[in-house]
Amino acid sequence: MAETQIKPLTLNFGPQHPAAHGVLRLVLEMDGEVIERADPHVGLLHRGTEKLIEYKTYLQAVPYFDRLDYVAPMNQEHAYALAVEKLLGIEVPKRGQYIRVLFSEIGRVANHLLNITTFAIDVGAMTPILWGFEQREKLMEFYERVSGARLHAAYFRPGGVHQDLPAGLLDDIARFCETFPQVIDDFETLLTDNRIFRQRTVDIGVVTREEAYEWGFSGPVLRGSGVPWDLRRAQPYESYDDFDFDIPVGKNGDCFDRYLVRIEEMRQSVKIMQQCIQNIPPGPVQVTDNKIAPPKRGEMKRSMEALIHHFKLYTEGYHVPPGETYSVVEAPKGEFGVFLVSDGSNKPYKCKIRAPGFAHLAAMDFLCKGHMLADSVAILGSLDIVFGEVDR
Amino acid sequence: MDEALKELRDYISDALAGKVEAIEVAYDELMVTLRPDVLIAILNYLRDDQNCQFKQICDITAVDYPQRAERFEVVYNLMSHRYNQRIRLKVLCDEDEAVPSATGLFPGANWFEREVWDMYGIPFSDHPDLRRMLSDYGFEGHPLRKDFPLTGYVEVRYDEELKRVVYEPVKLVQDFRSFEFESPWEGMLQLPGDEKAESAEEAG
Repeated sequence: MAETQIKPLTLNFGPQHPAAHGVLRLVLEMDGEVIERADPHVGLLHRGTEKLIEYKTYLQAVPYFDRLDYVAPMNQEHAYALAVEKLLGIEVPKRGQYIRVLFSEIGRVANHLLNITTFAIDVGAMTPILWGFEQREKLMEFYERVSGARLHAAYFRPGGVHQDLPAGLLDDIARFCETFPQVIDDFETLLTDNRIFRQRTVDIGVVTREEAYEWGFSGPVLRGSGVPWDLRRAQPYESYDDFDFDIPVGKNGDCFDRYLVRIEEMRQSVKIMQQCIQNIPPGPVQVTDNKIAPPKRGEMKRSMEALIHHFKLYTEGYHVPPGETYSVVEAPKGEFGVFLVSDGSNKPYKCKIRAPGFAHLAAMDFLCKGHMLADSVAILGSLDIVFGEVDR
Repeated sequence: MDEALKELRDYISDALAGKVEAIEVAYDELMVTLRPDVLIAILNYLRDDQNCQFKQICDITAVDYPQRAERFEVVYNLMSHRYNQRIRLKVLCDEDEAVPSATGLFPGANWFEREVWDMYGIPFSDHPDLRRMLSDYGFEGHPLRKDFPLTGYVEVRYDEELKRVVYEPVKLVQDFRSFEFESPWEGMLQLPGDEKAESAEEAG
């Protein structure tokens, strides 16, 4: 019988698909059930953030960072605040730094809760998302109490954080830290030894150490491949030096290991939050220089100078000395960097946002090749993609 | 500046002397300025040299300086996990000049270069798949160039009669307003009129 050449089937996955985690259009070339080529088309959520920032003052640019990875907004603001502070040459008071650490870790837990649960629902487990969002709601409430907004916080600002913690918030976070580890254990009973979950994730999307380096992976995806690399430990920023925590690493670099790394990271984050609550020092939460941080409301009622400072800060803003810097934080998804160029005016000359998800999604073709169609969903879930930050 | 960074700077200066334009350290960050023709050789050196091992490409982007003779700076941020160091390469290039692609050395550079092509219109030679990245299918222009207006040139809407999305030139109900708040507050180091006092002092 003569052989007939079969043209590969082209399959459009997304942009409106619940497992695409947002607006990903994935063009797959299939040979039967096996993926031969995956071509992600991104940019459907492109809003021109980097262009818009060039037209805003340094303070007005902060809220754009909430809209990148909207799952853990404060971590993004953190990278931007660090970049501006580096160029300004200022240091945040200790209490401000501890509050930033506390809320960065809350963001990390919130992010991993969303990722693990949606990953589970992608591969067929329904319950975790119901349990996870109950906990996530509590974290969003902490966000709301400290900044007034559940998502678009604009709380970490260059110079410190916007306001001090409201009374009683630390006690409530401490209570959360006591009960939350039990919830993580409950997740594990549902997923870690679950036969279906393991069949869908073990040995799927394997990345070796070397491959992880050359594709520019970072965060849990890099650690899942067995690299003990965490910017909080390797290049400590803020007060991460003061805290005692472990860095979980995976062994095989598959989807299951990335899940395990995230589970353990939540435990470590709770540990950091507890240390933070115990040791938080009193004092100001932002720099006291009124050329950068606004004066107190009460002061403005009496002091003409304070009033002028306030007016000038919210119209002209502050001027940042010329220079450029690449500042990074360990965001929940990996290395989140801000490359900031200042020309000495009150607006950034250039602000490039380096999103971890962008580098991870770039490797989609490499990861999916030779896998089955259903595995692409598991791989996508384990990479932790949020389109707010990929498309910017 | 810490000791390790100083050592690295001296080491790289020795190895690259004469090949690059400048090596400097600012804000504790190492920067190398170079020309496109030596880029691949230097990336290769930084990746494979025993004392550098910059194996990870963190980011590629560009900065537009329309007033300069060579308009663009393509910026590469690399990281060495082995020595816990970062380095930034700045490649000077003109508007129509192509930059060699780093995809052969770092597969992760692929999308970053596509994005730079999309946003700035800097072509990368030998890139396997230089398509637009973030902008719309059929988009014209390069949005992050300084001469591209913030509002863009076209807007889209759904046309009920044609039953499809149509592109139209941007119509603003109100002109785009750019607020200039530059003032003597701290933006100006010298207040208007002060120069007279200084020249009077000099005159004696």
